[in-house]
Amino acid sequence: MENLKALAYELRKDTIDIIMAGGGGHIGGDMSVMEVLVDLYFRQMNVSPQQTEDPDRDYFIMSKGHSMEAYYAVLCRKGFLELDDVKARFSRFNSPYIGHPHNTLPGIEMNSGSLGHGLPVAVGLALAAKKRGGANRVYVVTGDGELAEGSNWEGFMSGAMFGLDNLCCIIDRNYLQISGSTEDVMALDDLKAKVEAFGWNVISLKDGNDLDEIDAAFESAKTVKGRPTCVIANTVKGKGSPVMENKAGWHHKVPTREQYEEIVRDLNAKKEALS
Amino acid sequence: MKNSIPNRKVICDVLMEHAKEDKEIMVLCSDSRGSASLAPFFEAFPDQSVEVGIAEQDLVGIAAGLAKAGMKPYAASPASFITTRSYEQCKVDCAYSDTNVKLIGISGGVSYGALGMSHHSAQDIAAMSAIPNMRVYLPSDRHQTRYLIEALLKDNKCAYIRTGRNPVEDVYTEENCPFEMDRATVLCEGSDVAIIACGEMVRPALDAAQILKEQGISATVLDMYCVKPLDRAAVIKAAENAKAVITVEEHSPFGGLGSMVAQVVSENCPRKVINIALPDAPVVTGTSQEVFEYYGMTGEGIAQKAAQALK
Repeated sequence: MENLKALAYELRKDTIDIIMAGGGGHIGGDMSVMEVLVDLYFRQMNVSPQQTEDPDRDYFIMSKGHSMEAYYAVLCRKGFLELDDVKARFSRFNSPYIGHPHNTLPGIEMNSGSLGHGLPVAVGLALAAKKRGGANRVYVVTGDGELAEGSNWEGFMSGAMFGLDNLCCIIDRNYLQISGSTEDVMALDDLKAKVEAFGWNVISLKDGNDLDEIDAAFESAKTVKGRPTCVIANTVKGKGSPVMENKAGWHHKVPTREQYEEIVRDLNAKKEALS
Repeated sequence: MKNSIPNRKVICDVLMEHAKEDKEIMVLCSDSRGSASLAPFFEAFPDQSVEVGIAEQDLVGIAAGLAKAGMKPYAASPASFITTRSYEQCKVDCAYSDTNVKLIGISGGVSYGALGMSHHSAQDIAAMSAIPNMRVYLPSDRHQTRYLIEALLKDNKCAYIRTGRNPVEDVYTEENCPFEMDRATVLCEGSDVAIIACGEMVRPALDAAQILKEQGISATVLDMYCVKPLDRAAVIKAAENAKAVITVEEHSPFGGLGSMVAQVVSENCPRKVINIALPDAPVVTGTSQEVFEYYGMTGEGIAQKAAQALK
């Protein structure tokens, strides 16, 4: 587990390198969601580049598609993509590496970008697994600002109605969106009570950037029968460096050269402390 | 004898015939199984039926998820809702993500008569045709509907199929229903005018040809059930042999069959193209037939426009 904690910081560095190379990216949410992705891809999910069409694989849907740079970093480390190629071509003319998930790339199941799409699709995937008697688990990551889209609540309703205990929705609850605090823009709290009222098992993480806590939640979700689980990962937007932590302005931003160097110093220090 | 079987019922029949053997066929409804004539499917195949409630975005998103996992979902909801309420799901989750979702728009056009513009779908052809990787089909009668659904069951790409609410007079017979996927059906050939129609407007187009014949005007009639991909070769051939082209569709005058045919004709063999369609305005209150008569979308109305176009 210690190595995965260090890996999360290594992949943050890869993420920022991708953003620097492409000249754009949703850096704040990339940083907040990293431990969730690391735990899913390196501990929980049955996925690999050798089994992209395996009917028994687990499914991952990135509903907050704009956290694509973090997703690229994870897919590269997992062996689906080549980091050097992603860095060389991200956002460039005629590149396959765009700013949102695109399923012509290996390892990506569904396209997203416009918010509020992932959860209903995940409900469909989980329903198919149930119909077939498959052991697949389905994970979908949404943002918190994204939850203002009503389609998510249609998905919460149907996920519970169909009793999809193979479905797990992770909310990257970093409390910030483009215009500021989620609670000022369109208040979500009490989010746990809301999702519970929709019939889901809800696990609220004290620290959604703590891999131990995240993994324990996923393990616990597997034991719940008859209803889906929602993990509210209380994360820090821009996690990894004080330069960007908890600052709404870093939702989409490219660091200056000086900021980049400072961020990388911070990330390296954290990684070394965990190594 | 007047046909009493609506196209939507034929869709249910064909899906039921195949669902016995093919357990990957799934039917999804949004509190619409009755109006989609799919209640018998839900009764006979409960494990292959999904009710999502009045939630069209969820309907299409779930269908896309099922398709991604290898199922063959048919999502049915009123045409007006499935194409506009869940337009983005049709675009992103179906077409863009390339999932095998068949979107069945029921009670299309002005089928809902007096229920007003909220329930009319006069934009669906334009909206769905503008999405890359989305196909758009409007079968003209129950026989063609059967062939179309049989063909769609064999492929793995998404498509939108619009049907009306009411039984429509047959264009074909059980014994004689020529069908080639993505090719218009030539119903008759003439040298004066080419009438190109889709969906429920094909039968009146054929009636118009008969009226015109009595006036000494010979008409080609194309059943362009495949609005997208449009059978361009058939359009060009019909236009080349005629002095004017008439298009007929139960749709807005913008972005539908008429617009597409006009593009092809103007590029390849310029002729006068007259588009007979619903107005760019709230449609007059009435039954489908009353609405069609009011706007000249009948055999007589089409024949009159065709004769005028030749003057």
